[in-house]
Amino acid sequence: MTRPIAVVAFAQLPNVRRDTAREETELVQPVINEALEQAKLTRRDIGFTCSGSSDFLLGRPFSFVSALDALAPWPPMSESHVEMDGAWALYEAWVRLQCGDVDTALVYAYGKSSLGNLRDVLAQQLDPYYLAPLVPDSVSLAALQARALLDAGGCSEADMAAVAARSRRDAASNPFAQVKKSRAASQLLDDPYLVAPLRKHDCPPISDGACAVVLAAARSGGERQVVITGIDHRVEPHALGVRDLTRSVSTRRAAEHAGLFRGKVDIAELHAPFTHQELLLLRELSLSDDVKVNPSGGALAANPMMVAGLTRIGEAATRLARGEGKRAIAHATSGPCLQQNLVCVLEVT
Amino acid sequence: MEHCAVVGIGQTQHRARREDVSLAGLLREAAERALQDAELRFQDIDAVVIGTAPDMFEGVMMPELYLSDALGAAGKAITRVHTAGSVGGSTALVASHLIHARIHGTVLALAFEKQSESNAMWALSPVIPFQPQLTAGAGGYFAPLVRAYMRRADAPRHIGHLVAVKDRLNGVKNPYSHLKLPDIDLAKVEASPMLWDPIRQLDTCPSSDGAVAMVLTDARGGAHSPHRPAWVHGGAMRSEPVMFSGRDQVNPRAGIDCAKDVYAQAGITDARKELDVAEIYVPFSWFEPMWLENLGMCAKGDGWKLTEAGVTALDGDLPINPSGGVLCTNPIGASGMLRFAEAALQVRGMAGDHQVDGARRALGHAYGGGSQFFSMWIVGSDKP
Repeated sequence: MTRPIAVVAFAQLPNVRRDTAREETELVQPVINEALEQAKLTRRDIGFTCSGSSDFLLGRPFSFVSALDALAPWPPMSESHVEMDGAWALYEAWVRLQCGDVDTALVYAYGKSSLGNLRDVLAQQLDPYYLAPLVPDSVSLAALQARALLDAGGCSEADMAAVAARSRRDAASNPFAQVKKSRAASQLLDDPYLVAPLRKHDCPPISDGACAVVLAAARSGGERQVVITGIDHRVEPHALGVRDLTRSVSTRRAAEHAGLFRGKVDIAELHAPFTHQELLLLRELSLSDDVKVNPSGGALAANPMMVAGLTRIGEAATRLARGEGKRAIAHATSGPCLQQNLVCVLEVT
Repeated sequence: MEHCAVVGIGQTQHRARREDVSLAGLLREAAERALQDAELRFQDIDAVVIGTAPDMFEGVMMPELYLSDALGAAGKAITRVHTAGSVGGSTALVASHLIHARIHGTVLALAFEKQSESNAMWALSPVIPFQPQLTAGAGGYFAPLVRAYMRRADAPRHIGHLVAVKDRLNGVKNPYSHLKLPDIDLAKVEASPMLWDPIRQLDTCPSSDGAVAMVLTDARGGAHSPHRPAWVHGGAMRSEPVMFSGRDQVNPRAGIDCAKDVYAQAGITDARKELDVAEIYVPFSWFEPMWLENLGMCAKGDGWKLTEAGVTALDGDLPINPSGGVLCTNPIGASGMLRFAEAALQVRGMAGDHQVDGARRALGHAYGGGSQFFSMWIVGSDKP
């Protein structure tokens, strides 16, 4: 039995294509301040802090060290960092809270995807001996996966266009979304391929952004709160040739361990940067048609690297807190073709 | 909290260039040795926690994605920690939290650096807007702190050299050590080229390729361990900002607070007396006396006196870095975990020729950034 942990605050920056004015400290500070304000806590009330970011996006080592200044960590604080999406920082914080000796945690993530050529940067994630020298960029790898899914009859190009149209339509009501306009799905199919079978609308935007979440041990006494009832993450082999790209067995496994299938879900915030990946994940998670999928617009509306996964948890929790549902799944992914996946189940108690 | 035991430890042969192995091969070498020590297989591992310093050091972004295959992580959880130079220690602590919190029963923690893939001096000298450029790597950053310490403590100039000799002679006893300098003496250190005054070449750490792995498990796993386990008696991390007016970088508060926290968890009131041995992160020889003071093992200004009196020698009453420490072996991302692992080896009685007789309680210490990130653990032979 795990200790119930509540998501008590979530703040994010409006996502933009290129934030030229702000460096990491300046990206992170407003969301940390806002999240702490929402939680009615000060920095000194926080028992543990964990962040997620990537040096390769910033193009220099130790970028998280500068970001730390946003916290004014004085007196010194108990703090850690993962070179991963912030969703995994939240996992580390959740584990730390399970130890029972601290009751509150601050989690934040930031990413400036705009500084380099993102497709080339992400190619540096690949096996440095056998794969990276071929420089298969991130969109081409996703296209490979989309082709496999289409060939297996897992979806059609029209299904993919429908995901794109719905996501961007929903994003219109999300003040933080970057891409909010879409034509009808049928019109989208007239566009040329970007990397076949992916068209531009099948791909995420390149985004700069930051977000922060505050976690706290759930209060007893029947107070309404959004609680993490299960969280788990799994990885798959890196070598694409040994994976079935039409499946996401790691997502399924994480969902089982997080207890997703123990009950009905109202909202799903899935970190699916490419349209076919949403369709693939929906099937893997056995989500029925009445589940509200990516009401925020998801990663297709804004995809700040290292942030978009944590944003899914924040978005799902915020919607539950607003009364839009009772139970939600938030999902985060990392690596080429959904290599690594995290599933977080949230419930209103 | 669940008890956490270290039941397997493995490290690679550390060298300047391990061209005989890939990144994955380097990690496998350490992981397989750790599993062998624990008499476990990859199938017995529930989750993997891996740490390394900046990805620029090897030129692979988030290398854990690629390494997950070699580490048998498919279908399991893998987490990548990065907290600057303290990362090896932090990685061990993140792994221990998975055990303490009863999330997993058995966790493989690893840390590595293959410095030969890159140039750490370059990677440590980025141009950051609105910050002075650190054009001389870590040595250029830390030398002024050493000079400040010497002035404050009125320490004689040869103290650093004493540490350089002591740790290298300890390293000769450690079969995995990168540097093996059996003929080193004070005169040789004094004659070595001056790099960053007062730090001479033999006062500095080498650049190493290397990895270390540990198998951490719960009370049940510890009870079934084929060899004596090391029990975690406490673990703590602290961070403070890079710079602000009045920040004491010579004796940073984050280090003081972190030590107090970890001593309190282990029920230690007098570190000098109650600890049998310590493996602390000393990349430049002078950091031994500096950290002795920061860790509360002596009064302020007295650290160098302990070093000079031989207290920190292998046969002294508080041996520091019997393994040879960072001065002998420095795969940056792994250096912190090597300290944690060597502390555990000591209390398991498995340190071989550099074993401290009767060691039952040991400190593992790591620091990073501009002396601003600290992670520490205390391990003991007895279950807490």
